[in-house]
Amino acid sequence: MRIHPRLFQRGAVALLSGATLITLVILIFIIVFILRKGLPVVTLDFLTRDPESMGREGGIFPTLIGTIILPLLALIIATPLGVFTSVYLSEYTRETKFTRIIRFGTDCLAGIPSIIFGLFGYIFFVLTLEMGWSIMSGGLTLAVMVLPTIIRTSEEAIRAVPKTYREVSFSLGASSWQTVKNVILPNALPGIVTGVMLSIGRCIGETAAVIFTAGSSLRLPATAFDSVRTMAVHFYILAREGISQENAYGTAAALIIAVLAINLIAYWLMNRIIARRG
Amino acid sequence: MKLIGEKGVHRILMGIAFSAISALLLITLFIISEGLPFIFEYGLTDFLFSSEWIPAEKKFGIFPMIAASLWVTFGAMILGAPLGVAVALFLSEYVPRSVMRIIKPTIELLAAIPSVVYGFIGVMVLAPIIRNYLGGPGLSLLAGSVILGIMILPTVISISIDSILAVPQSFREGSLALGATTWQTIHMVTIKAAKSGIIASIILGLGRAIGETMAVIMVAGNSVNIPGSALDSVRTLTANIALEMSYATGLHRQALFATGVILFIGIIILNSIASVALRKRAVR
Amino acid sequence: MSYKFTTNNFSFYFNNTAVLKQININVPEKEILGIIGPAGSGKTTFLRSLNRMNDFEYNYNLSGSILLDGKDIYDPKFNVIELRKKVGMVFAMPVPLPMSIYENVVYGPRLSGIGDKKRLDELVEKSLTAAFLWEEVKDRLKLSGLRLSGGQQQRLCLGRVLAMEPEVILLDEPCSGLDPISTAKIEDALTRLKKDYTIILVTNNTKQAARVADKTAFFLMGELVEMNETSQIFTTPAVKETQDYITGRFG
Repeated sequence: MRIHPRLFQRGAVALLSGATLITLVILIFIIVFILRKGLPVVTLDFLTRDPESMGREGGIFPTLIGTIILPLLALIIATPLGVFTSVYLSEYTRETKFTRIIRFGTDCLAGIPSIIFGLFGYIFFVLTLEMGWSIMSGGLTLAVMVLPTIIRTSEEAIRAVPKTYREVSFSLGASSWQTVKNVILPNALPGIVTGVMLSIGRCIGETAAVIFTAGSSLRLPATAFDSVRTMAVHFYILAREGISQENAYGTAAALIIAVLAINLIAYWLMNRIIARRG
Repeated sequence: MKLIGEKGVHRILMGIAFSAISALLLITLFIISEGLPFIFEYGLTDFLFSSEWIPAEKKFGIFPMIAASLWVTFGAMILGAPLGVAVALFLSEYVPRSVMRIIKPTIELLAAIPSVVYGFIGVMVLAPIIRNYLGGPGLSLLAGSVILGIMILPTVISISIDSILAVPQSFREGSLALGATTWQTIHMVTIKAAKSGIIASIILGLGRAIGETMAVIMVAGNSVNIPGSALDSVRTLTANIALEMSYATGLHRQALFATGVILFIGIIILNSIASVALRKRAVR
Repeated sequence: MSYKFTTNNFSFYFNNTAVLKQININVPEKEILGIIGPAGSGKTTFLRSLNRMNDFEYNYNLSGSILLDGKDIYDPKFNVIELRKKVGMVFAMPVPLPMSIYENVVYGPRLSGIGDKKRLDELVEKSLTAAFLWEEVKDRLKLSGLRLSGGQQQRLCLGRVLAMEPEVILLDEPCSGLDPISTAKIEDALTRLKKDYTIILVTNNTKQAARVADKTAFFLMGELVEMNETSQIFTTPAVKETQDYITGRFG
């Protein structure tokens, strides 16, 4: 019996739209589930008070600081390093076997799980360089973790700038750097910004790499070599050790809001930059 | 800039690039050098194929963990890949472009949610359901697969949409002009054309799944045994590293590093296959 | 009669295949030289050699020399950046940079260090007037260059080159995508400009060369077949191939 194509079509549409519905439902469920129990917990008090009895009560202020400092440090290091490396690779070198190997390497490293970076950071920064569990160890490890991604997204953004723009710039007597500064970077900015913001998001949500390098101290860090706990790590510990469900939900809610906010800002920024270019 | 001059800028950039690349090289070499000696000393076959992971007795067989990782990932693929491709098809072919442009980033938001949150939901919602309706401890291979399947959805969907949109409109028009329905066009023409990109997205999703640590630790149970059924508690390679690293010393620690090396190599192979597939799509 | 450019047995190779073979040409100053020839004859490669835009290609080789005012432009000590400021180029496709009209025109001068706003404003008016575009855009200089029509964009590109106050203007099939009116405007501009600039115009439209060029050179398969006064080339060409091309028998 041959099913009429029209019927098949109807069935297919039903299936596909069903799949999409399921996916959207899952997304909404996750967010609602956390925010329902967690949002009420996230008060200004919660965010600005210190935790008490290991997080059973009180707020999450030190973890908020940790969540801001670590990604910040990581991106301050990784962004210029990554962007200028891809500028150098695309604009100052010829396409050779060497550059192809480098590209392959960075692509690979961009896909390596964070636990491995955590391993690396632990042995190298914490132990070998004797930085201990600290903001420095954590920040440097995260920097190294997002560096490949930033190089890669920057490179794609730079490649997307039309070759003709470069030609015009050079034909008007511009040098390589002037062309990069005035034509290439401004036009690659949307892509670069996206890559950076996505990396921030990843750092904020990162747990495995952070626990092994920045530790999990609940004290407010005084120096760069103090240990610090991020919200993600705090959430993990609260949940797994069963310390406080209420605060766990609260921390998770704060985390989700932070991460969603970053992504939305990223999209907004990107759209604005694109619009301004006309 | 006038002070430094063009040559100066060139040298600075070269220096920056050099540092960045050296850093990345350093990591690679470091991980390999910490883990490889152990593998040579202990023996690759024993390491990979022995089922006895008893650090106290200096026994380091990671076979149960390899099995766990493979099964969990396989499960994630069965659940996540078809769902992801279906959504990608729906959003690219059946839905107006403007709507897609809102929904696609929304789904990509799913990717931004930290893995510990996924794990948490797995523990609070999924595990009890499995325990009550299917039996077993709840924290199981099945739970891990479901959660990972959800986690790889954004990757599969996003890259598949890009591949499907890259199929030239003329392909579709040719098919429709011959009287085919939209669905027939999709499954006979569009999917075939976007195939390498879709496969690449699945492979990249697999790479993510194998590397996932926190979510699996929270929902998969973490018992060291070869899974007999989907309801068994299992421990993946990544979970093993994360759980024991904090107190491991000496040979034990080296064994964990060696596990990292195995993971490293596995994922590199996976991602290489994916990028070859992705490049094929671009050439088309 | 002084020559702006002189080439001596200049040859250019891509991947070891000769694209230009032993070109010997003297380009007269302050005249329009038209270069015609079928596709693949090497016209564009030759043009791009004059401002060393070919430097950006991979796998190329060259021999012989090109002299600008008597100096070899491929000499390692020769300043390429200065060369490109003296020898400007208008490309086949209009490529306005994604900035305002004003910014487009001042892009080059700013890079050369001219920062004085009054001077820049003067430069913009002068260049766009010479490019026959000023009247049309003088009230909307802040408009993005991408919003102009094709013909206007190309005149903007011409104005951009003129703002550099070059000595030579190279044009590579500048009217190939344009309507007849825009084409006419550009041709008018060139005719006025030759008083002050040396102009080399590559075109695959022989009639355009006949209209506009003082001298015409015919390239075929990488060789300079013939070069002479335009009137001569189009009435009594010396070589059979030139005759065939002009009468449309091939190309």
